Amino acid sequence: MHQVEIATTQETLLDSPEMVLNMGPQHPSTHGVLRVILKLDGETVIDLDCDIGYLHRGMEKISENRFYTQIAPYWDRLDYIAAVSNGLVWVETVEQMMGLPVPPRAHYLRTILTELNRIASHLLWLATHALDIGAVTVLLWALREREEILKIFERQFGARLTCHAWRVGGMPNDAYDDFNKDVRQFINNFPKRLDEYETVLSENRIWLSRTVGIGMISGEDAIAIGLSGPALRGSGVAWDVRKSRPYAAYADMDFDVPVGENGDTYDRYLVRLEETRQSRRIIDQALEKLPDGPVNAKLPKVVKPPAGDYYHSIEGPKGEIGCYLVADGTAQPWRVRVRPPSFINLQALKQMCVGHLVADVVAIIGTLDIVLGEIDR
Amino acid sequence: MALVKTPKPTFAQKLKRFFMIDLIKGLGLTLKFNLGALTDKDAVAGHGIYTEQYPKVRPDVAPRFHGAPRLNMDPETHDTLCIACNLCAIACPEDCIDVIPMDIEITVAGKPRRKKVLDEFIFDTSRCMFCALCQEACPTYCLELTQDFELATYSRAGFVWNREMLEQGRETVKYRS
Repeated sequence: MHQVEIATTQETLLDSPEMVLNMGPQHPSTHGVLRVILKLDGETVIDLDCDIGYLHRGMEKISENRFYTQIAPYWDRLDYIAAVSNGLVWVETVEQMMGLPVPPRAHYLRTILTELNRIASHLLWLATHALDIGAVTVLLWALREREEILKIFERQFGARLTCHAWRVGGMPNDAYDDFNKDVRQFINNFPKRLDEYETVLSENRIWLSRTVGIGMISGEDAIAIGLSGPALRGSGVAWDVRKSRPYAAYADMDFDVPVGENGDTYDRYLVRLEETRQSRRIIDQALEKLPDGPVNAKLPKVVKPPAGDYYHSIEGPKGEIGCYLVADGTAQPWRVRVRPPSFINLQALKQMCVGHLVADVVAIIGTLDIVLGEIDR
Repeated sequence: MALVKTPKPTFAQKLKRFFMIDLIKGLGLTLKFNLGALTDKDAVAGHGIYTEQYPKVRPDVAPRFHGAPRLNMDPETHDTLCIACNLCAIACPEDCIDVIPMDIEITVAGKPRRKKVLDEFIFDTSRCMFCALCQEACPTYCLELTQDFELATYSRAGFVWNREMLEQGRETVKYRS
């Protein structure tokens, strides 16, 4: 049982300036089943604690009792908003551990589809974040664009959300017939849509007063906590796994890593919007260079990495998602450990929230872009 | 305490703010969308309606969609294609498939022989996560995840499909549109 360490110093609530308030786990603005215990002075947050674990499914333990090929669908259920990126970590870890040569076409398709997934994840983040703050219109617009991406996923993988997109050694299927046309159409329409969001939000005085200066965190603090992804880049640290340790076909792509200046909610918003533009650039280049050929490597009868351990990570939409895999030479892993970006990003919540109002806690939880499926695993 | 550091607005920005340019721009865009929806011919169900009219109109799902399972039959002889090899049950991560074979006596070139054929096939759709690993494992293209997506039933037992249900498929209610 989780012990709540926060309690008021007064014995009674009468004449007490302090109050303990439970936010969640059913609160819609906590993006899932997160319980935040707030200690308030009036409406100002003095202290807070997070209670997690409501969505624990024991995915790491389940992995120890499955074959290597069977584990990929469970990874989709960590960060279900970005199932395609999550699946990629697992298959790349196993492939690199076995030294499987994955064909270049598979690498390029992986790049295109994970970037599409990044756009979809950022769009859903924008939709819910704006809704939390009070802009309902953006929700409808962002979900409209996300729907187009999900339709591409449905045609390519056969599912919209938990796609089970990749197999060890490549992909289950080659790109469907109209894949190039559909993706082209999406990336051609997308910049216009992005400008619409910016028209409604970027200069809006309500949006500015709710986001500028809220949840500030400096670059050093962000590194000390271990933040990654847009939450780190918003604080001005240009760290991106796609640049520093390129995987899939990112080494051949030309793109910029956007960084913020102040590390507040508004900067993280700008960084995420710019990231979707860069994703669009990457998709554009990858479609142009898309090579022909097979999409699957030749697999042995049983996928069996050699005994040893291996760590591999990719840049997911939420941050660096990693997999630490210990194999003992059998057909099942000995231990699987996930490096969940949402869980580590959530640790910054206290530092960001203290001193702000309760209404800003909602904005800060939104800007961290957490998914509880990944935090609780 | 809070490190609020709002950037100082310039004079032009102040003027824009005073005349509410930011709000008018945003409201103008939403108004444009509202008016545009009335005359938009690309809307899903006619003018101004963007939602799918489910269940009157069912969506067209992709050919690769992972939906309700089905056991395919030979289109000419109507014998099952399943050879009871059990590969789908081994491939399933959730262990929701049971293949129950039986032995029959056949004669090959005048000699009596025993052959393993399919007796019963149990598929627990309540545990299935539609990863399609079973479909990929099937050597005869017998087990297939189809485009049917309406799997709700009134009881827990209704989720366990037997061979007959897997071969015939479920009946769905049709609504007049």
